[in-house]
Amino acid sequence: MNAPSLLLVAAVAVLYSSGFYLLLQRSLMRVVFGILILGHAANLSLLVTDTAITLPPLLGGEPGQQLSDPLPHAMALTAIVITFGVTTFLLALAYRVWLDDENDEVPDDLEDRRISRLKEPEDSS
Amino acid sequence: MNALLAVPLLVPLCGAAVTLLLRRTPRSQRITGTTTLSVVVVAAALLLWHTRDGTIATAQAGAWEAPLGITLVADPTSALLLLVSSVVLLIVLLYAIGQDIGGLSRATPQVFHPVYLVLTAGVNLSFLAGDLFNLFVGFEVMLTASYALITQAPTRARVRASMIYTTVSLTSSILFLTGIALVYALTGTVNLADVSDKLDAAPPALRMVLALLFLVVFGIKAAVVPMHFWLPDSYPVALTRISAIFAALLTKVAVYAVIRTQTLLFARDDTSAVLAVIAVVTMIVGILGALVQSDINRIMSFALVSHIGFMLFGLALGTVAGLAGAVVYLVHHIVVQATLFLVNGLIRQYVGHTSLTDIRGLTAVSPALAVFFFLPALSLAGLPPLSGFVAKVALFQAGVDAGGLLAWAGLAAGVLTSLLTLIAIFRVWTRAFWGTPRPDVLEAREQLRSGANRGGLRIMTATTGAMVAVGVAVALAAGPLTEVGFTAAEGLLDGRAYVTAVLGEGAR
Repeated sequence: MNAPSLLLVAAVAVLYSSGFYLLLQRSLMRVVFGILILGHAANLSLLVTDTAITLPPLLGGEPGQQLSDPLPHAMALTAIVITFGVTTFLLALAYRVWLDDENDEVPDDLEDRRISRLKEPEDSS
Repeated sequence: MNALLAVPLLVPLCGAAVTLLLRRTPRSQRITGTTTLSVVVVAAALLLWHTRDGTIATAQAGAWEAPLGITLVADPTSALLLLVSSVVLLIVLLYAIGQDIGGLSRATPQVFHPVYLVLTAGVNLSFLAGDLFNLFVGFEVMLTASYALITQAPTRARVRASMIYTTVSLTSSILFLTGIALVYALTGTVNLADVSDKLDAAPPALRMVLALLFLVVFGIKAAVVPMHFWLPDSYPVALTRISAIFAALLTKVAVYAVIRTQTLLFARDDTSAVLAVIAVVTMIVGILGALVQSDINRIMSFALVSHIGFMLFGLALGTVAGLAGAVVYLVHHIVVQATLFLVNGLIRQYVGHTSLTDIRGLTAVSPALAVFFFLPALSLAGLPPLSGFVAKVALFQAGVDAGGLLAWAGLAAGVLTSLLTLIAIFRVWTRAFWGTPRPDVLEAREQLRSGANRGGLRIMTATTGAMVAVGVAVALAAGPLTEVGFTAAEGLLDGRAYVTAVLGEGAR
């Protein structure tokens, strides 16, 4: 069996780490990009599972030769459609937030704000 | 049997298409929605009747034999949850229809009906999915519908909240996909039965990693502490009818997925200690959150997080009795959470908001409302003879039987959480329901009751009453329900029967 190339595995690792890094940012646009990259990372990791990825899919091979595994491709396609649809939705939401507030920063958590309000009197005294 | 299994999935999807075409005629849209969900309720009841003795019904789409084709599987657990969730979906739809007739909601009914039916299809597919990828698709269908629903009547707060909700859900979906990729790399299949069969031979360390990954994936979706922060920020912001269905179903579908994967795929002692710790932490942290909130919707959201812990506790015990308790608790919790959020919707209708700082005397405003709140709230705390008591007794009994440090820790946390839930409820009760109502609230009530929208208000009250009645019925049917719960639990623990039912006798 042809093992997945190390390059592909490294690409998956880089995509995951940069995706999660962007996901943790304040700006909603960066969050959307993070989701986008994470989607690619997941799709690519589906393809890495194909142990015969270097072989031709369906056409182009010699008769009787083994083909690459179609199932990961099918699953990746479905996942691409889903992430594509949801990303457009996220973009629309981010745009809406920007229209409403003129910025797209994620605000502090409601509880955090309540706690910091509780703390304020002590600071001033 | 084949056709019946496809009904809960295909009928709502067709219904969604029809309601989308009928968007200019609200009346026929309502009729289509109600009919569709009634058909699903009947199909689910038939499925439960068929599987009540532990039979596992399977359907192979396009006659492609498992593990090649798409498999739908109904065992007692999924059939029971399917029935309860479709009843709840039907009642909430009627409530929403009442609200629309009365012109009391800012939702867009043209969008609401199709999306609601798509959500139904997604929930049902998740319950019936026989392979991991279909489970993923079911979740995505359900969640994508929920993204659209949570932004109904978009205000600033709602758009912000839905952004967070969508991002968190999507992150967990991507992790789910990663998990599927890893499972496929390890076993070469995604069919649940086949994976269960082949994971036996996998190295224990890898199996453990996969079990924990799936626990994180579904833990995010089920709002298990410490992955719960998104829930109390997003659910209370949505329209009440929508948060009712979210609170009742979405997290519970995820709990079902946790139970299904952890019992069928990883049916070993790998994760029970982790599960027990998570269950205890979820119970305590969730209810402590509820105690300090001052908005009824937020209190109920934190209570929801807390009570997810009970179901995980049943799963962590890993015994037949523990899983039976978890299944009964799921049923009870779906109904009770939906009722409480519908009641919150009525409160919002009468007072305009649900903040405890500014509500008093709801008992005087509407005695029916007080009863509708009191019964499910006490049931949530687990007071006899309500359904929460039945579910908690089943769980605690299982915990005592199992013994051991973790079981006793879970029991202690469960008892403490029940008491704290009672305190949280009485805070709401004394602040919001006792006292004399503000005069302007009474005036608004008179206007509401005499105006053109009183018909709608009546339907809303009646459907909330129906939901309370379902809750009482769950308590009355405690005997048969526990019996089905035990059959379901035995089925969950007997992975061999599941594998044989799906793959046929020829399976190893």
